[in-house]
Amino acid sequence: MESNLITEDKQKNKLEKAFEILKTMASKPSGLIGLTIVLFHVILALISPYIAPYDYKAISPNTMLLAPSAEHWFGTDSLGRDVFTRTILGGRTALTVTFFGSLIALLWGGLLGIFCGLVGGKIDDVVMRVVDAFLSIPWILAMLLIVSLLGTSTEVLIPALGFFYGKGIVRVARAATHDVIAKDFIVSARARGHSNMSIIWNEIIPNVRDAILVEGAMRWSWMLLGFSSLSFLGFGVSPPTPDWGLMISNARGLMSFAYWSVIAPIVGLSSLIIGINLTADAFAKALGIDRSTKAPV
Amino acid sequence: MNEIIESVKNLSIGFNSQKGKQISILRNVSTNIKKGETVGIVGESGSGKSTLALAMMGYIKQGLFPLKGECLFKSEDLLKMSSRQLEKIRGRKIAMIPQNAGQALTPNLKIGYQIDEALRLHTDLNKTERDKKISELLNKVRLPSPETMAFRYPHELSGGQQQRVAVAMALAGKPDLLLLDEPTTGLDVTTQAHVLELLRFIAKDTGTSMIYVSHDLGAIAQVSDRIVVMYAGEIVLEGPARKILKEPIHPYTYGLLKSIPKLSLAGLPASMPGSQPQPGSINEGCSFYDRCNLATDNCKKNSPDLEHIKELDTNVRCFNYKELINQNNNLQTSITKKSNNSEANEVLKLKDVSISYAKQKFFDQLLNKISDQNPTVKNINIDIKKGETIALVGESGSGKSTILKSIAGLLKTKDGQIKFENDRILSSDLKMRNPNDLRAIQLIFQNPDESLNPNHTVEQILSQPLKLYFNLSGEELKKNIIDLLKKVRLGEFYMSRYPRQLSGGEKQRVAVARAFAAKPDIILCDEVTSALDVSVQAAVLNLLQQLKEDLGTTYVFVSHDLAVVRAISDRVAVLYQGRLCEIGPSQNVYKFPSHPYTEVLLGAVLEPDPDIKPKLVAEDIVEEKPPEKGCSFQGRCPRKIGDICNSEVPPWQIGENGNAIRCHINIEELASLQQ
Repeated sequence: MESNLITEDKQKNKLEKAFEILKTMASKPSGLIGLTIVLFHVILALISPYIAPYDYKAISPNTMLLAPSAEHWFGTDSLGRDVFTRTILGGRTALTVTFFGSLIALLWGGLLGIFCGLVGGKIDDVVMRVVDAFLSIPWILAMLLIVSLLGTSTEVLIPALGFFYGKGIVRVARAATHDVIAKDFIVSARARGHSNMSIIWNEIIPNVRDAILVEGAMRWSWMLLGFSSLSFLGFGVSPPTPDWGLMISNARGLMSFAYWSVIAPIVGLSSLIIGINLTADAFAKALGIDRSTKAPV
Repeated sequence: MNEIIESVKNLSIGFNSQKGKQISILRNVSTNIKKGETVGIVGESGSGKSTLALAMMGYIKQGLFPLKGECLFKSEDLLKMSSRQLEKIRGRKIAMIPQNAGQALTPNLKIGYQIDEALRLHTDLNKTERDKKISELLNKVRLPSPETMAFRYPHELSGGQQQRVAVAMALAGKPDLLLLDEPTTGLDVTTQAHVLELLRFIAKDTGTSMIYVSHDLGAIAQVSDRIVVMYAGEIVLEGPARKILKEPIHPYTYGLLKSIPKLSLAGLPASMPGSQPQPGSINEGCSFYDRCNLATDNCKKNSPDLEHIKELDTNVRCFNYKELINQNNNLQTSITKKSNNSEANEVLKLKDVSISYAKQKFFDQLLNKISDQNPTVKNINIDIKKGETIALVGESGSGKSTILKSIAGLLKTKDGQIKFENDRILSSDLKMRNPNDLRAIQLIFQNPDESLNPNHTVEQILSQPLKLYFNLSGEELKKNIIDLLKKVRLGEFYMSRYPRQLSGGEKQRVAVARAFAAKPDIILCDEVTSALDVSVQAAVLNLLQQLKEDLGTTYVFVSHDLAVVRAISDRVAVLYQGRLCEIGPSQNVYKFPSHPYTEVLLGAVLEPDPDIKPKLVAEDIVEEKPPEKGCSFQGRCPRKIGDICNSEVPPWQIGENGNAIRCHINIEELASLQQ
């Protein structure tokens, strides 16, 4: 039976509410595992420069392709660099770039989607066809084009990734807006003569926020994979900066006899993606959104 | 006749709350259903009536479980049966007719096939026998041309016809017991009366027992032999229908009956204070204690048992029921309302207003004109005086809400003008209206669940219009909000609550407060009470009347419920297919002579009195589009006189009472016909 049958009189402020949501998320094993993984990666990214046992760019011909040992836990790579050091540092750029990239995607995708959903008509038609057109372009090719024109600095990567991953959010936000737009409280606000901006801000955003946030969390994990693919192709982070995608790319030719140098970054990347996915699902469930009933866009 | 086919014994059904507490929704319910008898289960939303009815066919909603007791169908406990055993009983022995037949029928299967499916499952007939049976069943539920009807899809049928198909499906297995869960709630008044008449006929004809669940005492009164009144999960009163409706000896039933607006009574019905307690919140004492005006200290501490009174053949759960015996002649009373000053100036004029939903063609779009010769709403002329309550009445599709929306500026008019204060023309485009006009016209919606933003507190909801129109902030804003809450009789502590924490009546009060926050001249009320329970409805109507008397607001009140309209309005306009049929002071519209459509509507109203039967004068056909020429009611009119009705728009005739009727029949003749 629904728990809201018994109304709780206690009022909660926003912090308490956020804490409540976290608690609900952690109450299921999948949510707890996801949260733990994400938290682990975030903390690792913050403290790794201080705990790294070796210099990540120290090359040495004496230590080339050593198998894992007490000295080098994850072995060394073809240039003699310590794989453990490079693995714990390798998530830093990916996390930062994709986190800010997702924020940008959320902002422009969410706002544009809500706006289109609200105004409808010709503006909506035109914008959505443009979004469709962009969706039909293979993003990796477009990214390669942008990166080769403008370079691979984070100032280019963040907005570029943010743009390409925001297109899907436009659709989700628009659909979520359509769910609430027909409700009488929007009609009522319209009849009172509120401006579109005020209706978006006061009436729509509080009601679609959850759906968009969950979508953003999912996009984050996809963007992480996308960013690593770019690095893998040599268009993401430039050497010698440690990065999982780049590490996998460099070591993949040696996989048959030096598997350690490729396994460590793979585990790092996939665990983070799985962690974010589990967290996003638990987040959606805690907010009462069932992702399984909504078709992916 | 006295054979008991199903008996419920001490049934309690409940759920576990998140805190691990056991909360019951049904508490110690016992009742018997006899063969051939129709039992009406009545109660407001949340009283447990549907849970009880579903348990009677061995079904318990997910999340709920029986705490104790049993449901014996022919001495077998349904609640202990396996799903395989239940399969044999459902359909063959107990069948159900759902509330919304439109949703219960599979949209992509022909109705003949769907009935055939029921027959295949529940009978042993062969193909040719089944085909014969299908047309027999369709005939029995009085669907027109049963042969072709079987080959139609559900969406090709009207709501009333879909409900009839559902009845036919339920009858397919020749059940001993029929369960009807609010089967007429979504239907128009005339259709509802027809379906009820059919159900009563079937009960008599086939000898099937029926359990009729409804919140509507009017419908219950028409079909039931016996009535069970539920309140907060308990049976509070049970007995023969006539006794319960004429001489209710439980204070809740008494209050409920008093709070129903009646056609025969002008003025507002008395309201009951408070609302039904939430499940789990009752610890000790009588569950009706808070709202009861007969309550004593004893009621607070001890909960009364269901007591059988032999001479009345009634079970009652009340310590003080004796005070209500022989007191019931004052059921027919109401609160008189102050009638408004008819000399007042007109505040809003609708002049030849036509509204069309037709899509513009490309060229018309370029020329910015709408070409529709037969618009949804056509030539509406209504002058609304300051301080009056004018009601727009009609069935669904009559255009009443459409007119309301165009006054609010939410829908563009095709032709005609809406004039506000001193004949100033209001633009039909919301964006072109000036802020002061927007403030002066406010809307209240049907369903408060949808009209209040679920993510806003009451304070935020009420501050929207105050900020927008009066630029209030800080302490002054807060003071105004508290004032508004006081006006709608809600306490200050409601400010921090969210809509989900309020009951239906409280939500609607907040919606009323939001409309009044703008200090409007006109409030448009769109079916504002139809989503509410009866006792709450009366309270909201009284509140609206009180506010109007205090503040001099004008109401445009849209409703399909003629009794509610009678209670609240000063003037009534009857609409059919977007055309005005009759308009006049409300006391006169409810008297003859009246337009044939008004006559049909009045005849179909269900009163909570078994002695007043609805008069079914016209067929319950649903027309999709208004006729292109002639009288709008020509298709259904029981008094049609000939070709003139099809070809010419009838003239307005003013009766001696001051109500205007649009009919070809001479008004005096109409009066003598309707006597």
